[in-house]
Amino acid sequence: MTRPDFIVTRLDAAIGWARKNACWPMPMGLACCAIELMAAGASRFDIARFGAEVMRFSPRQSDLMVVAGTCTYKMAGAVKRVWDQMPNPKWCIAMGACASSGGMYRSYAVVQGVDKFLPVDVYISGCPPRPEAFLDGLMAIQAKIATTGKLSSPIIVRGEYAPKLTS
Amino acid sequence: MTPSQAVEQLRQRFGDAVNVPVLFRGETSVRVAREKIVEACRFLKWECGFDMLTDLAGVDNYGTEPRFEVVYHLYSMTNRCCLRVKVPVTEDDMTIDTVTGIWAAADWHEREAFDMFGLKFRGHPNLKRILMWDGYPYFPLRKEFPLAGMDAELRDPESGAGRVEVAPMLGGPFVPGQGSPSSILREPQQVDTIAEEQEKLAHPNKKESV
Repeated sequence: MTRPDFIVTRLDAAIGWARKNACWPMPMGLACCAIELMAAGASRFDIARFGAEVMRFSPRQSDLMVVAGTCTYKMAGAVKRVWDQMPNPKWCIAMGACASSGGMYRSYAVVQGVDKFLPVDVYISGCPPRPEAFLDGLMAIQAKIATTGKLSSPIIVRGEYAPKLTS
Repeated sequence: MTPSQAVEQLRQRFGDAVNVPVLFRGETSVRVAREKIVEACRFLKWECGFDMLTDLAGVDNYGTEPRFEVVYHLYSMTNRCCLRVKVPVTEDDMTIDTVTGIWAAADWHEREAFDMFGLKFRGHPNLKRILMWDGYPYFPLRKEFPLAGMDAELRDPESGAGRVEVAPMLGGPFVPGQGSPSSILREPQQVDTIAEEQEKLAHPNKKESV
């Protein structure tokens, strides 16, 4: 019996599979969470197992923004600009308490969660989260990409579906 | 030269512009009049050997007069001793001469004091905000400024990152819920522990059944 040299699948499934195993993160390292993110990228935790080892420091080449750390109001404009420069489709992880909710910084200087201006897909708890927690969040993103990243679904242009900002 | 000797020389040189030094836990502090601060600092650096400015900070003594203070922490590398110089600044006239010409380290410290308190350092080469952005309308470390912040426009509003909002303090990590007698009720972790706690409060004399 010979092995078949073709497979039958749906285009959405194939594209979702390819996308989820090739997330190129934009490491928006803003505070100590970035250290854990770096640990996740290094050999012990080895983010390459998930195909996400290609940290892109150019937003043009990345499709997963990881906001790792405390986002101040002074930085918010820059983060938003970087996000806007990332091509669709794109996803966003809020890593750690500060990025998710402002964390312990209930203060005049800190954005109370980056979801005030970014469409966050996955929130990772922890202060900072361990690399395992980040990898868990990455797997959650992968599941989301695989199941929702349809060519026909609005997630392709999800940047336009960002929550309207309170003004 | 010890700090007290330096202060003694300073008092001989500047007279009434220098107050009696305060010694507290081995640290010498001296109050200098605002008009004489540059001359006094120059004297302290070149005659008394305080060649390093370790810190410069503003202080808001809200409710007292004069309200503000600028505090200089000086260190002498040769004599290995510290001296603290305080300069009172009134709210009506918040200008003070810069000491960047004496210690270059004062540059960013004075910018921070300007940023946080609105102290204006006359003659500073680049007096603009250093932590907050240009155009931020408040001085956050003043006592009347709430920790939660105040509504303000961001530096680049066209970026779409919203604007500064008042942070919700209630429910935050440092603000307990009002009127709750126990810490478990203020910061509930689990529903069943809340019920237990409420039961305990309702029947304070009841023995725990084993």
